[in-house]
Amino acid sequence: MSVRSRVPFYVFVFLLIVAGISIGTWRHIELGIPWMTGEQRPVWMIEARVDFEGQGDAAEVSLRIPEQPPGFRILSEQAASPGYGFSILASGSGRRAEWTKREVSGPQTLYFKGQFVPDDSVGQAPPARPPKPQTVFWEEPQATAVRELLRQARERSSTPESMTRELIRLMQPDNRTQNTTLLVSEDNYLQLLVRMLNHAGIAARTADALRLEDARRRQQLLPFLQIYNGERWLTFDPRTAEQGIPEHLLLWRQGSDSLLDVVGGDNSEVSFSMLRQTVPALQLANLQASSNGLSVLGFYQLPIEEQSMFRMLLLLPIGALIVAFMRIVIGIRTSGTFMPVLIAVAFVQTTLVPGLVAFLSVVAIGLVLRGYLSSLNLLLVSRISALIILVIFITAGLSIIGYQMGFNTGMTVTFFPMVIIAWTIERMSILWEEEGAHEVLVQGSGSLFVAICAYLAMSTPLAGHLTFNFPELHLVVLGLILLMGQYTGYKLSELRRFTPMKVYD
Amino acid sequence: MDWISPRQLKRLGMLNMNRRNVDYIARYNERSSYPLVDNKLKTKLAVSEYGVKTPRLLQVVRQQHEISGFRTMAEDLTGFAIKPAKGSGGKGITVITGRDGDDFIKASGARIPVANLERHLTNILAGLYSLAGTPDVAIIENLVQSVPSLAKYSFQGVPDIRIVVFQGYPVMAMLRLATTDSDGKANLHQGAVGVGLDIGTGRSLNAVQFNRPITLHPDTGLPLENIQIDAWPDMLEMAARCYEATGLGYMGVDLVVDAQEGPLLLELNARPGLAIQMANGCGLLPRLKNIEALKRPHFSPKERAAYSMKSFGRL
Repeated sequence: MSVRSRVPFYVFVFLLIVAGISIGTWRHIELGIPWMTGEQRPVWMIEARVDFEGQGDAAEVSLRIPEQPPGFRILSEQAASPGYGFSILASGSGRRAEWTKREVSGPQTLYFKGQFVPDDSVGQAPPARPPKPQTVFWEEPQATAVRELLRQARERSSTPESMTRELIRLMQPDNRTQNTTLLVSEDNYLQLLVRMLNHAGIAARTADALRLEDARRRQQLLPFLQIYNGERWLTFDPRTAEQGIPEHLLLWRQGSDSLLDVVGGDNSEVSFSMLRQTVPALQLANLQASSNGLSVLGFYQLPIEEQSMFRMLLLLPIGALIVAFMRIVIGIRTSGTFMPVLIAVAFVQTTLVPGLVAFLSVVAIGLVLRGYLSSLNLLLVSRISALIILVIFITAGLSIIGYQMGFNTGMTVTFFPMVIIAWTIERMSILWEEEGAHEVLVQGSGSLFVAICAYLAMSTPLAGHLTFNFPELHLVVLGLILLMGQYTGYKLSELRRFTPMKVYD
Repeated sequence: MDWISPRQLKRLGMLNMNRRNVDYIARYNERSSYPLVDNKLKTKLAVSEYGVKTPRLLQVVRQQHEISGFRTMAEDLTGFAIKPAKGSGGKGITVITGRDGDDFIKASGARIPVANLERHLTNILAGLYSLAGTPDVAIIENLVQSVPSLAKYSFQGVPDIRIVVFQGYPVMAMLRLATTDSDGKANLHQGAVGVGLDIGTGRSLNAVQFNRPITLHPDTGLPLENIQIDAWPDMLEMAARCYEATGLGYMGVDLVVDAQEGPLLLELNARPGLAIQMANGCGLLPRLKNIEALKRPHFSPKERAAYSMKSFGRL
């Protein structure tokens, strides 16, 4: 019986909804904008403190700083060091923070702070070109011992990784042989490992890592061993031979670069303190998104004033959706189609109870005054105009009286749209004359009920969050409203209205 | 709370608001034809070409300054009705049935000075009763004197007959009787009594007020079971003819039976209400589908009325 097919319509609505949800999901994944409001993400604030003693001459301090540490993203970096020139230099071998000053004497303290966000998706960058094992020369009798140890390790292993593990195990104190005792002394252990691995044809280097624990001060870097397996650098604990980077371990320095160089200073040392902070996930996403092209779709690029306006505007579709649902599916009668939405918007600014009190008192006083206006026999336009002026008087009066009595909430009356209130009063008054107080009560309470529902939906933090951060979700709202426009089923109120038909069934 | 299940409603073929709007009004009523029915003056002119009679037009007040002409025109009239051309649901209609010196007597018996009527005209011109608040025109019509056989059932006000016409076929009809609750108006939602009429014979079926079944008129106390409308086939044909005049596929035709002039068209409605189904005790949907399924529609209004009487009659 359908005149034209509705299939294209449903396909269109389906596409709208799918587009809205998929763009939202995409932005959620790409930009990390959280679905839920109030979501918190941990952020490690790490402070490197460099101490040295100036010699009364020009000083240059250069500290190795992390460059793309695996498992972390760098959120911010800053230095605190009064009187010093500061810059971050990125050279081929890594990034360094550099402080400079013309004349330095006495004890000096420099700080470098960085915020690091745990992110498992960040892997280790593969080196630009595969590193070659260095050539190492040994003198006798060490050479023999090394050869023997490497032979044992090679026999028990198949890959560079297993070879490294076996070698570390052989070097441990509990299964030391003569060979190892000859080689190992307490302070050269890691360097020895690196040299031996290089000798065995495996590119190896040291790395320094920081174990992240909340609120620790004066921490030192822990040494780690890294080998290159032909694809990427692998990290080993040189004591336990454990492979991989444990959680809460930040690789501060990788490669052969020195950690700290001080020119023009003595007794230099570096220590670390750290703090675990939580940052709202949304703020984090915004900080990171500023560089991302996708953020063009968001509203955060706009001036603050426009942003707050859009916050309000973007809530309107939610109100419209609720009005459509209430009228089409539930069948609640309201006075004026979208008057409830505008009232709800005003409620959002005034909060519910003061808003309700203000709204009801303005309308009630307005109805009384309208009664007098109707006896004046005015033309419609001038009657409405007079009513608008009266409504402004009423709101001004309520605000002033409220303020003098110490209720600041009285001021919130001004958020109500004056013209809408004037029309509401006019319509209510005509309704009263024509259909009686009962109908006024039905439509008035219906409007207020819908307005309160819309207010409750619009004022939830989640609604504000989703509408503002995922504006594409409005496509879903649009799709739902379009779908409701095709709803031909019974309204809830009709099930009641047609009840007397039961006898004919 | 008493509820009826959607399945029951479906079985009864009850047309509901959303379905009426989407499947019938939006589909069969051309937007451009709306002004023809929303403006009583245009309706009058349009249907007169198709031989449908309406109450005699006495005066049209278009401008504020023409209101002074009303006083002289009404000088020697005793009965007339003032209507806003674009009013809906009987809003703004004032019926004058007599005079007492300089004052007029309303249908309710209340006296009303000329000044008040002029103010009423002013309100109409300003658009107080028009659908979208747009400026309007007031029309003054001859008073309809209802035939006594029907008038006795109604409390004040003129009883009128609402016929739903779908694609030129009268599909359902009811008699609307004013009550004290409805203040002399024939609008069901204001409390008028709706009496379902058998399309086949013009005899009354059930009666409802405020959606509740009744058997006696609440004010006149007369039984509502055995009302018979005279010249029923003519009235159906007249209603069917309005389809040609307006081109509206789904509309409500409001007729009155005047004692002198016979059936007259009061107004047309492009969005007829659903209460007619309750007055008839059956749903509209089966009848609408019957018409939609017609392979070869009848061309003349007479044939269409005859088809409806045959297909939708009770007996």
